[in-house]
Amino acid sequence: MLTVKDLSVMFQTRRGAVDAVRGISFEVSKGEILGIVGESGSGKSVTSYALMRILDIGGTIKAGEATYSGVDLRRAAERDMRDIRGREISMIFQNPRAALNPIRKVGHQIEDVLRQHAQATRYDARRKAIAAMEAVKINDAANRYDAYPFELSGGMCQRIVCAIALACNPRLLIADEPTTGLDITTQKAVMDLVRDLIRERNMSSILITHDLGLAAQYCDRLLVMKDGRIVEQGDPTQIFSQPQHSYSRKLVDATPRTGASVRDLLPKDMRAAAPVLNPSSAPILEVRNLVKTYAGKSGPVQAVKGISFKINRGQCVGLVGESGCGKSTTSEMLVRLMDATAGQIVFDGGDIAKIPARAFAKDPRRADIQMVFQDATDSLNPRYTARQTIAEPLRRLGKMRGRARSARIEELAGLVGLPLSLLDRFPHQLSGGQKARVGIARAVALEPKFLILDEPTAALDVSIQALVLNLLVDLRAKLGLSYLFVSHDLHVVRLLCDHVIVMKDGQIVEQGPAQQIMVNPQDDYTKSLIAAAPKPPERAIEIPRPELEKTHVEQTAIHDKRAS
Amino acid sequence: MTDTTPTDLPRQKGQMGHIIYVLRANPVTLIAFGMFAFLILSAVFGPALVPYDPLATNASNALQPPSWAHWFGTDQIGRDVFSRVIVATRLDLTISVAAVTISFVVGSVLGCIAGYWGGWLDIILNRCLDTIMAFPLFVLAMGIVAALGNTVENIIYATAIINMPFYARLVRAEVNIRRDAGFVRAAKLAGSSDVRVLATQIFPNALPPMMVQVSLNLGWAILNAAGLSFIGLGVSPPTAEWGIMVAEGANFIVSGEWWLALFPGLWLMFAVFTFNLLGDGLRDIVDPRKRT
Amino acid sequence: MAKTFPRLRAIGWRVAQAVPVVVGVVVISFLLTRALPGDPAVYFAGVAADEASIAETRMAMGLDKPLPMQFFHYVGDLLQGDLGQSLTSGRPVSTDLANRLPASLELTLTALILAIVIAVPLGVLAATRPGTWVDHLCRIVVTAGVSLPTFFTGILLIYIFYYLLGWAPSPLGRLDFIYLSPDHVTGFYLIDAALMGDWETWWGAAKQLILPATTLALFTLAPIARMTRAAMLTALSSDFIRTAKAAGLSNRAVLYRYAFRNALLPVVTTLGMVFSFALGANVLVEKVFAWPGIGSYAVEALVVSDYAAVQGFVLAMALLFVALNLMIDLLYTAIDPRIGFEAK
Repeated sequence: MLTVKDLSVMFQTRRGAVDAVRGISFEVSKGEILGIVGESGSGKSVTSYALMRILDIGGTIKAGEATYSGVDLRRAAERDMRDIRGREISMIFQNPRAALNPIRKVGHQIEDVLRQHAQATRYDARRKAIAAMEAVKINDAANRYDAYPFELSGGMCQRIVCAIALACNPRLLIADEPTTGLDITTQKAVMDLVRDLIRERNMSSILITHDLGLAAQYCDRLLVMKDGRIVEQGDPTQIFSQPQHSYSRKLVDATPRTGASVRDLLPKDMRAAAPVLNPSSAPILEVRNLVKTYAGKSGPVQAVKGISFKINRGQCVGLVGESGCGKSTTSEMLVRLMDATAGQIVFDGGDIAKIPARAFAKDPRRADIQMVFQDATDSLNPRYTARQTIAEPLRRLGKMRGRARSARIEELAGLVGLPLSLLDRFPHQLSGGQKARVGIARAVALEPKFLILDEPTAALDVSIQALVLNLLVDLRAKLGLSYLFVSHDLHVVRLLCDHVIVMKDGQIVEQGPAQQIMVNPQDDYTKSLIAAAPKPPERAIEIPRPELEKTHVEQTAIHDKRAS
Repeated sequence: MTDTTPTDLPRQKGQMGHIIYVLRANPVTLIAFGMFAFLILSAVFGPALVPYDPLATNASNALQPPSWAHWFGTDQIGRDVFSRVIVATRLDLTISVAAVTISFVVGSVLGCIAGYWGGWLDIILNRCLDTIMAFPLFVLAMGIVAALGNTVENIIYATAIINMPFYARLVRAEVNIRRDAGFVRAAKLAGSSDVRVLATQIFPNALPPMMVQVSLNLGWAILNAAGLSFIGLGVSPPTAEWGIMVAEGANFIVSGEWWLALFPGLWLMFAVFTFNLLGDGLRDIVDPRKRT
Repeated sequence: MAKTFPRLRAIGWRVAQAVPVVVGVVVISFLLTRALPGDPAVYFAGVAADEASIAETRMAMGLDKPLPMQFFHYVGDLLQGDLGQSLTSGRPVSTDLANRLPASLELTLTALILAIVIAVPLGVLAATRPGTWVDHLCRIVVTAGVSLPTFFTGILLIYIFYYLLGWAPSPLGRLDFIYLSPDHVTGFYLIDAALMGDWETWWGAAKQLILPATTLALFTLAPIARMTRAAMLTALSSDFIRTAKAAGLSNRAVLYRYAFRNALLPVVTTLGMVFSFALGANVLVEKVFAWPGIGSYAVEALVVSDYAAVQGFVLAMALLFVALNLMIDLLYTAIDPRIGFEAK
């Protein structure tokens, strides 16, 4: 149906030409769902834009062929391409809210496509648009027709984007990271819907994603891309059980999955022995009936509704929930950046909720509670070098000066695996993984007793996530830290945590030992969370391969570069 | 920061290198800085170097077109236009730099307070700014100078007042978006007080867009001051000032003596143009992200 | 119904917000009249006043009373439309302003329409064809436009089109003396002459208007073109444009229905600033072209220290600008469906 041969795409940038895709070949046959998997910068999205000929300015197809049902997509006239787009080949995108025209009614946006491709006239456009909305399982479609994108939820917006894409019954659907940014239960709903529609209409599809687990679950065949090349292709089960290329093996390893330990995420030769962790049963932090109420526009909004839990010394507790569940509010209160409305936070025997957040900077316990922030880019001051960033807590709270401070900074850099030569770089000169390391070094600089990790790996590629998660485990063992790990991803939480708390709508719906929650959840919401997580195929027992792996340092450097 | 440690040294060295890098990387910036240097030099040394006394009249030599002796010609009472144009640089630059400095400082402080703490302070400040902005700005400047009196200082104050809202708004917005940024929260965790966070973490990050504003405003301020003089406010004759010279020259344009108005007008344009070009270069210099 | 309700409330809220601004404007203009260094009565009585008339002015303006009383006095006068007497014309300032306002409005509005008609297409073309001559032209216009002192451009245009080429009529006022001014209906000569069907006068008025309107338009063009170009570039690089393209929509639909309508929002917002510049520059242009509007009235009043006239002018301009801003915001509310729904 679609044949791509030696496709190369080049971008003309201010720093000269950049090859984004370097001669890839693949086919999509009728009724097949093909997955293209790769980390950021692998050229997977560019490939799809090239097929649709909607590359950004400066991008050109340098060489190769792309044939769709006998039509040469590279050389077809722009007029013919316009007829193909939307009617023969459609696309859905990541970040559905931004993918819709913000000031046009969603119904009209669907009509635009129908009428462009002469699938509807002025008289029946409304009816057909509503039918297209019903086809993507939008309840009450006639009423939603008049809605603007900002009035709809993210999942609903993605359904509208699907309705636009499928309105004219195309034969091929390209889905570019369709669920990135959506909550995990919404992700499952959208993916199931897309798969069902594709199967129902006997369409073909290309699913582009960074999530190997998701691709494996929904695709018939996978391509693994790296640096604009296809490094491996094949059946998902086969790629998972016996990856041929060292890169796909690394990707498979790094994908969190049932039964794997945090060490299993690393390439085999990098796996150190599991660290010895011995959490005690004495609590370091105890939360009692914690409440946070905001003054909302229409009355007070209760973000956290009286939660209680305990964290023992040396323990790692996971706090899991979807966006808006109150987990971030909770962590802000625990780290004393935000005042609680009611309740107690007993830390090391004293109630710190009584001390206003503003005054806590002067409290002797300030150094004991620290945090690693979600977005490594946002959490580093763009005007400070890595060294200055790490120096900040040492200077202010540690009162360290001169040589002692320099020595400590270098010691910390070593601890988090940040090469000393990078210390004098600004954040924009560092990769995502390196920035995460700087953030962690800053957080552990004063040897805190309790560390809150707020989705520390959410913005990272999986291979970098694997490295950072292992670093966190090692630090916990080495420094005897207690963690509160805040995340939306149960798989990741399970890797690190002994104990898991599940939150929904400001309340704790379930908590217990990690293993028990994962295997035998009691609450319906927990069950739906676990069911929604993509399930990659089990990994088969590995056959040792003779191929030489690169050394650890080299690999880290390469992938860190990619991640930026 | 008083405690200079080895960690701060490379940065100092880097700043100079960075300026040179920015100037080299963008020829437009280099030209703009060259033009700016020329303006500064004429402001500083111009009065000492010009060939004629800008105020000396010579009735027998009035209204002469440009010649070797008088590059820009002479005016209706025989004063050398070239000397007057160059000498006026100092006054016009002083007015604009002083006005922009005042509005930069006051606007930054107000904007920081409103953007960081928000609440009723923010509401009051916004109302005040709205009121200032509710006047067409040049008209407000006219009103202020008319009320306070025709002096150079009052022109500076009036210009500062009408420019201040731009800085306050800009800083407020820049501070507001960074108020809850990760690095700000991290600085609080490192034990920094609110004021320290504001001064060392947030405000410096607002500098790059502010530099663009500063350069645009320096241009506006000159236009504004010249405009006020043009309609007879502020600087009074026979002082050499570009706006007055254009105003005086305007009377002769319909009889064909173009040089009286043209040269001061061109100089004024040149100055404003220089400041407008300067913006991007200044921003690149204060923006560490431009370092490679 | 449920949909229109929050929008109506947003509109009502916006109108209500104009109230404190008007109050602020009145307070500032009151302060400006009383902040005169020395004795305000001396200023308001004029240069030629003797002791008796100064005392009379002081009594008439209530300057002998405490400040809050003076303020109430001032507001009371304002409510009756009393801005004081002009020393030069001897008429009430409000009458003078009302007589001269149409001339200013005709000039400013013509210039703004001219500027928008040129700048918006220029900005759109520059954004859709980056790197071409249109883009370069746009960039030159934008950079040069903000550097041009309006009074200087006006003089330059007079020199070229009046003195050198002789195309333009003598730059003195709205109508050459050979024509009779049209009957007063709107006060806009172009409209009034057209209403009378007197096309000769219409053409005479148009010829007088071209140069000052062009001068003012050149100045206001730059910010509009710059904003249009930037807004259009932002809109064109948005995700929803990619969706529209991937759905096979025609270039026209993508450009106008999707990109341009979104780009209009920031452009409309900048119009407020542009109005501010235009009204300010209007004063200078009126002086250069001896245009009998309220700007040149204020300039003439300044020369003879006629303070009541100057302050009346400042207040009138501010109120005009507040009204214009209100209209812009209401227009914005009309084209952006998100207004009134702050929560995401």
